[in-house]
Amino acid sequence: MWEVEIRGMASAHALLAGSVLVGSLVPALSVENFSVYGTHLVWLYSVCGCVAIVNITVFWLLGISPPTKKHTLSYKLSRLIRSCVYFLLSCLFFHTVVVLYGASLLESALETFSLAVLLSTLTTLRCLCMLGPNVQAWIRVFSRDGAMSVWDTSLQITTGCSVVGAWLGAFPIPLDWDRPWQVWPVSCSLGATGGFLTGLLAAPIWIRWHRKQLTYKLK
Amino acid sequence: MKLSSSVFSAICLIIELLGIALFLRGFFPVPIKSSLSSKSKLSDLPAEPVVGSSPNSTKVPPPLFNRVVIVLIDALRDDFVFGPNGKRFMPYTRNLVESGSSHGFIAKARPPTVTMPRIKALTTGSIPGFIDVVMNLNSQALLEDNLLWQAKNSGKRIIFYGDDTWVRLFPKHFLEYDGTTSFFVSDYTEVDNNVTRHLDSTLKRDDWDVLILHYLGLDHIGHISGPHSSLIGPKLLEMDDVIKKIHTSVITTEVEGRLPNLLVLCGDHGMSETGSHGGSSEPEVNTPLVLISPAFPMKEGMGETLVVEQVDLTPTLALALALPISQNSVGRLIPAVFEKASLREQLRYLHINGHQLSNLLRDSNPSFHKEDGYEQFRMAEKAHGSWMKLYVEGNTSEVLSNMAKKVFKQYLEALQAMSAALSKQLGKYDMYSMMVGMSLILQILVLLLLAMPEALSSAACVDVPLATTFLSLPFYLLVLLGFSVHVLVCTSSEASCYFCSLPWLLAFISIVFSSALFCSLVSMAARRALKVDNKQPKTSSSEWTLSELDVLLLIGTLGHTLSLASSSFVEEEHQTWYFLLNTLCLAVFQDVCRKYFREKRRPGEEEEESLLLPSTMEEKSASFSPVAELGVSADSEKWLALATPLLTLACCRMLRSLNQTGVQWAHLPDLSHWLNSGDHKVFLSLLSILSLLLIFLLVQRHCSLVSKIALALGLLGVYCYRAAVGSVLFPWQHSAQAMSKGTGEAHFVYIFVLGILFTGVKDLLRSQMMSSVADGRRMKSRGLWEVYSGMVLFVALLFRAHNLPTLACCLLIQTLMAQFIWKRLHYDAAQTTIMHCWFGQAFFYFQGNSNNIATVDISVGFVGLESYVEAPAVFLTAFSTYAGPLLWACHLVCYLNSERDRAVSLGHSSYCFALLRSIPAVFYIVLVTALRYHLFIWSVFSPKLLYEAMHTLITTAVCLFFTFMDQDRTRRP
Repeated sequence: MWEVEIRGMASAHALLAGSVLVGSLVPALSVENFSVYGTHLVWLYSVCGCVAIVNITVFWLLGISPPTKKHTLSYKLSRLIRSCVYFLLSCLFFHTVVVLYGASLLESALETFSLAVLLSTLTTLRCLCMLGPNVQAWIRVFSRDGAMSVWDTSLQITTGCSVVGAWLGAFPIPLDWDRPWQVWPVSCSLGATGGFLTGLLAAPIWIRWHRKQLTYKLK
Repeated sequence: MKLSSSVFSAICLIIELLGIALFLRGFFPVPIKSSLSSKSKLSDLPAEPVVGSSPNSTKVPPPLFNRVVIVLIDALRDDFVFGPNGKRFMPYTRNLVESGSSHGFIAKARPPTVTMPRIKALTTGSIPGFIDVVMNLNSQALLEDNLLWQAKNSGKRIIFYGDDTWVRLFPKHFLEYDGTTSFFVSDYTEVDNNVTRHLDSTLKRDDWDVLILHYLGLDHIGHISGPHSSLIGPKLLEMDDVIKKIHTSVITTEVEGRLPNLLVLCGDHGMSETGSHGGSSEPEVNTPLVLISPAFPMKEGMGETLVVEQVDLTPTLALALALPISQNSVGRLIPAVFEKASLREQLRYLHINGHQLSNLLRDSNPSFHKEDGYEQFRMAEKAHGSWMKLYVEGNTSEVLSNMAKKVFKQYLEALQAMSAALSKQLGKYDMYSMMVGMSLILQILVLLLLAMPEALSSAACVDVPLATTFLSLPFYLLVLLGFSVHVLVCTSSEASCYFCSLPWLLAFISIVFSSALFCSLVSMAARRALKVDNKQPKTSSSEWTLSELDVLLLIGTLGHTLSLASSSFVEEEHQTWYFLLNTLCLAVFQDVCRKYFREKRRPGEEEEESLLLPSTMEEKSASFSPVAELGVSADSEKWLALATPLLTLACCRMLRSLNQTGVQWAHLPDLSHWLNSGDHKVFLSLLSILSLLLIFLLVQRHCSLVSKIALALGLLGVYCYRAAVGSVLFPWQHSAQAMSKGTGEAHFVYIFVLGILFTGVKDLLRSQMMSSVADGRRMKSRGLWEVYSGMVLFVALLFRAHNLPTLACCLLIQTLMAQFIWKRLHYDAAQTTIMHCWFGQAFFYFQGNSNNIATVDISVGFVGLESYVEAPAVFLTAFSTYAGPLLWACHLVCYLNSERDRAVSLGHSSYCFALLRSIPAVFYIVLVTALRYHLFIWSVFSPKLLYEAMHTLITTAVCLFFTFMDQDRTRRP
């Protein structure tokens, strides 16, 4: 049972990691003069798009999200709309947090918002896919000892890693090296992506390592 | 010896302060300055020494050269001219050196081998130390006596092209100048073309006497690709062309009836094998010095190149141009330059140089009589006098010239000895003092770390086994060892050493103390190890669970300490603090969310709460209970608690854009510029009024009625003061009154500050006398709050008008945090202290401070004073600079005093204060010692070192205050 779930999760994570890679490679073929630093926003949105698509296909179609009680179209539609609103709100939330951390308010607002979109894609979108637009479930998963399945634990780990990655990515900004990756928000978005990939890699390993200690309450 | 935590930490900090002071004394050698602040004049020149009363001629010997061209090539290493590279890439110059009429020397530069101090050395002849550089940050212009000033003063017209450091150092000295910024290191052609493009026209003209060219390109190439790069060759060829051009057009063309011209080619410093500079390695220090003039004899072949000091150029040029030698010059003239002068003149030159050096020696060294050089100079002067007597009498025999040679030699030896004695005193780190200071503070840090479990225990007592060590053998062995090392170092070192110059008794006491400390450290460590061994089976890992907040506080403290190793992070330290503070607020927010949303209280906790209830009821009036104070219901309390961290975040974001500090982004426009720009005076006035109102509302809560009135009047006085100074508008006054200094208003506020502080201290003292414990506590917390409000009023007076919102936000955050966060979430004393420390640090930067000396607001020193008086000005400046940390520390005392278990918490928090200050300070001092030849040592690291030392001083004062507040616990159990 453990092995199966972990293997399934590992393959899903491999798909997600692959999507990041694809997201970086596709524009290199289509866009002229593409580079991660130079045309950073192109890279950022292409990664966002790829991760979003893979996320939605993997988690929605494979049916990991909790089974919905009603199957009416209107209910599904309302869920979809609510998810979109939540996503937008989370973008705004991240934007606010980044501004509070010292990003300039008006100048380079687009870059800041793009970073917020990336962070939302890496964190909120997964929550939406796996838990649905259900605040109570989110609070449960992200409170101490709240995980109820392997997927919850992996969600905790990847989300934490992405945010910490972006946090760490801010450190090189004050250094006076004048490198292209120190330009706002390159280091932060790279940090977030790196953290996300680390989380994807770490989650199955960590869960496998701790499978004796992990006991999930039954739903 | 059993000490309570607060006493222990206060003692530790005091010892640490002594160690830092000793370290600083060794790190910043006292510069040698002539006691006279004026500049040397020609009329000060000594008379020619003649025995007897024959007519003394005090006239200056005539100049040797007419015009001088100085070509300074940045980072010109000696082998670029004298080595194989010189042969290949500088053929013309090399040819001149080998067979032209020229002199070539290797000039040794002194560290720091950085351009600005080197330029100072070349022009003043002194060796600028780091403290010199730090102290002169405010006045960019070189005020010391220097060659250029002397040249300008005697009517010489100077033209300068090149590095704009010169233009900043010597404003108004140049007839014509074009400065180039050395900003873009990647540019190595444009910077030099900027200089060379003026060359042709200038060389043709006849209206200048001194031409200075400073070429930067070579240095830039060195920084990009090192001394073996392929770019070096073409650059040297270009430089060679410049020399050729100057030589052919100015030097070789002799005009009848005029003195010959002189061309000086030199480098300010060399470059290391990696292309950088700043340190003291051979290739960085050795620079070529080539003097070319038809006045010199033609040479046949290049012999051994003589080694001179870089500063020797100053007296040589001064004498050759018949200028007075600048006062603080430690250089001695280069005799080869004066070969063609008559014997009498040569001796006269040497005499003038010797006289200047002996004057400087007398001023800077109290025991100058003992110096060999001084004695030799006196002897030589005497011999010179008797030679002159013979000369004046018309004796022209062989004896005369032989005697002259002897005097000449005597003079040279005297100059050498005096110059060596002078330069020994500076430019060198006093490593022994630094090491002693460093070992002292390292021991203190280890002591603090070892004492952590005891100091933070519920007893809050530290047992330092000092008494037992006095009886142990290793202690005596260590004392012997330390003393023998001390004697050995002090007798053998040729450099002057501060620690050695201390009285023997003092040195002995410190050695004894240091060894005792070391022994007790070892025994403490052994005890700790034993305890851990015994406990091993019992302790389980679950006992030491760290919450996210603890992890953050730990990582933040260590991360900040490590970040000090990078010069950029030192420059932008405020970013680190803002970043950490934001993260802290978010972590607190998460904790609050957890408390109010998810986790239901476990039954045990509920019981505990109810058990504690009676005691909290009893002291409700004095404590920070929101329910009693603001009349907030439990439900809205939850929402207020949730809003507090968010509000704090918003406040921090606002304050961050109020004062832009640091280096990289300091130029960006910020709110304070906008407010101070004159057009927005109305906004500034409104903002100040609002801030003052908020300050009053927040502070008056716990004050007695008298203090409340005093506070209100005082804050009104603050506004009047700002209006009188002219920074804000006064609503009732329409006549354009002349700007006054506002001394009366400031005095008015001072009276209230003193009054409130006096009431507070009186209450504190009375609380000690009270018989009833509850009354005593109430009195004490009121007294503390009054001291705090007095400080707030004082800070409000000192802060500039645009900084008043900073103060208001500080108080707001303190109030909210105390009401809803620290108490509600049961943070312990250590956590609260660390948070206070972080906030204090961040507010230090919110005020507009940075790690650069230039941002210290010196105008504060004049508040309420008619003229500059040193002691109050220094106190006021220090107080207003460190207002943020001080206010937070003071608030911490007030807050902890109202805590339930305050008996222990004051001790814990003073220990945390000491530890939090010691870790970065000690790390930074070790780091600075390791990086003492770093390129940025004097521009980035040294100012920060002074800030660290000052901050430690402030923390020590705070810790002493903590200790006094903690005293009644021992008296009244």
